[in-house]
Amino acid sequence: MEPFVRLEATAVPIGVPNIDTDQIIPARFLWRKRRDDWGQLLFHDLRFNDAGAPKPDFVLNRDAYRDARVVVADRNFGCGSSREHAVWALYDYGIRAVVAPSFGDIFFHNSFQNGLLPVVLPAERVAALRAVLEHSPGSKVAIDLEAQTVTGPNGAVDRFDVDPFRKECLLAGTDDVSFTLGHRERIVEFEKAYEAKVRWL
Amino acid sequence: MAEPATLFDKIWSSHAILVRPEGATLLHIDRHFVHDGSGNAFRMLKEKGLAVRRPDRTFATPDHYVSTLSHDLAAINEPHRRGVVEDLEANAKAADITLFGLADRRQGIVHIVGPEQGLSQPGMIMVCGDSHTATHGALGALAFGIGASEVAHVLATQTLWQRKPKNMRIVVDGTLADGVHAKDVILAIIARIGTAGGVGHVIEYAGSAIRALGIEGRLTICNMSIEAGARAGMVAPDDTTLAYLHGRPYAPTGADWDAALAYWGSLPSDADAQFDREVHLDAAEIAPMVTWGTSPEAAAPITGHVPDPARVTDAARRDSMQRELAYMDLRPGTPLAEIPIDRVFIGSCTNSRIEDLRAAAKVLDRRRAVVPAMAVPGSGLVKAQAEAEGLDAIFRRAGFEWREAGCSMCVGMNGDLVAPGERCASTSNRNFVGRQGKGARTHLMSPAMAAAAAVAGKLTDVRQFSTRP
Repeated sequence: MEPFVRLEATAVPIGVPNIDTDQIIPARFLWRKRRDDWGQLLFHDLRFNDAGAPKPDFVLNRDAYRDARVVVADRNFGCGSSREHAVWALYDYGIRAVVAPSFGDIFFHNSFQNGLLPVVLPAERVAALRAVLEHSPGSKVAIDLEAQTVTGPNGAVDRFDVDPFRKECLLAGTDDVSFTLGHRERIVEFEKAYEAKVRWL
Repeated sequence: MAEPATLFDKIWSSHAILVRPEGATLLHIDRHFVHDGSGNAFRMLKEKGLAVRRPDRTFATPDHYVSTLSHDLAAINEPHRRGVVEDLEANAKAADITLFGLADRRQGIVHIVGPEQGLSQPGMIMVCGDSHTATHGALGALAFGIGASEVAHVLATQTLWQRKPKNMRIVVDGTLADGVHAKDVILAIIARIGTAGGVGHVIEYAGSAIRALGIEGRLTICNMSIEAGARAGMVAPDDTTLAYLHGRPYAPTGADWDAALAYWGSLPSDADAQFDREVHLDAAEIAPMVTWGTSPEAAAPITGHVPDPARVTDAARRDSMQRELAYMDLRPGTPLAEIPIDRVFIGSCTNSRIEDLRAAAKVLDRRRAVVPAMAVPGSGLVKAQAEAEGLDAIFRRAGFEWREAGCSMCVGMNGDLVAPGERCASTSNRNFVGRQGKGARTHLMSPAMAAAAAVAGKLTDVRQFSTRP
């Protein structure tokens, strides 16, 4: 996993609440493998018309936002299906952080597993940030994971909370599995005691 | 004496292998379900050079991609879809995981199969790479959906790192009116608290109306916890739970059953346990519900009207409502009971159990659907039970297609799709834009309401349909 430390990049505002993972990546594409390029499928049915041509009114198709690496979204972003493909699509497109007032829980967890940072800020701060980005399309946002800050194009700084364990993993680019296997003895010991009690499992 | 604890607190603490100082907890996982969407997780495992650590705790069944016309593998006529089902069978075989395969009558939607086999039990932590895993919480388990990376983590370690969510209790007291079912209760709850209302929480459903429900109704309610944004939903085990579990293939027997009873009896929330949030609903006030928009919170009693965005003061909410109505092609003020439909789908992990099929068949008996309609049982065993009761004949006589078990038109990954622009009365769980197919318009409702809609050709109040003796 690629570490996330600090990022200053174009941010795209998507001010629609409840963007579900079906919209981020429609179900008919999900049979593909992780190593395939998911970026071209991101927001597929919002981004492309039936003939496969980009819809000019969709925000990612506007020139100013084409190289966006940050999404500034609305409440409950990534709700719905657990499909990790939604994170892969954002990541493969080039997105490395999503700022929103709230996230779908599973999407939130999946993001950390793939080097995509989900940042929760108060709704009014996210709305203010989206307003700045809409007013000055293509402007940049800086996100510093170490300092836990988001700096808007106008210099406004917001501090965000992040689970220290997830922060550590993201800063180092380590994934959970190797870390967990380091605790193998504790796991085995726990299972022994647990299975003695819940022996009908 | 120990601190008062909730059902959720008790399950959480009994599964904590270790807790890091900042709160991340390594949890033991009792049961792990994999399905035909789990291929990427198995590949991740392989790439790391790791094996499935506890195949004895892992169970597999194909559901998302299976054909509902026939369970011959060859009936999956699209090679990529057939490939993911073949991959699951190969992965299960290679890792020595119990598989309820296409040829097995126990095959079905993973969230139907778990409870039906007695695999889902009180006090367990259960996970699956599917957001509707909360379903199993109806048996008093903590069950939640995870993504592919976490599936790989569980396969490799039989554990998961989590931060403890908060406790929320939703109490539904009173008696449900005739024609009002579990699906109406959960839609009424989501309409009340919103699709993000449960974010960061595990919901315990309680109250006399929940107690009065059978396990199947409780499964429907817990199933849609994710649609309220919650990590999981659960109902404390009681006599109904024990009666349901007793004698199921994977339920404990003999002395183990007695030991299990003692343990399960200790699980319900203590009387003085604290919940971070409580919500109360009066069961008597719940009417049959339908959704009118593209989010499950856009639900209203069938006696209501399509809401008018112009009356909404919050600008963001107004915009979003306008977008929803444009997609759904609905005009503000239209009575919900006058919305014509093009198709009916009865199925999905929310509503494809035997009770659901019985409720729909009761409405369909000696009546005809006036639109194309299909009924898809949740498992091969549900299908067999329905056929033994003659329900398949009622569905067929009413003009319904009677299919093989699978996820089917809830998500359309197997090709069972609603056509662009078509309006579908559906017993599934999501009315998202494009969920049942590109441009498809979904109205969520109970099986009885979907059956009534099939007969009327429009959304309609099932309470106006007398069910004949």
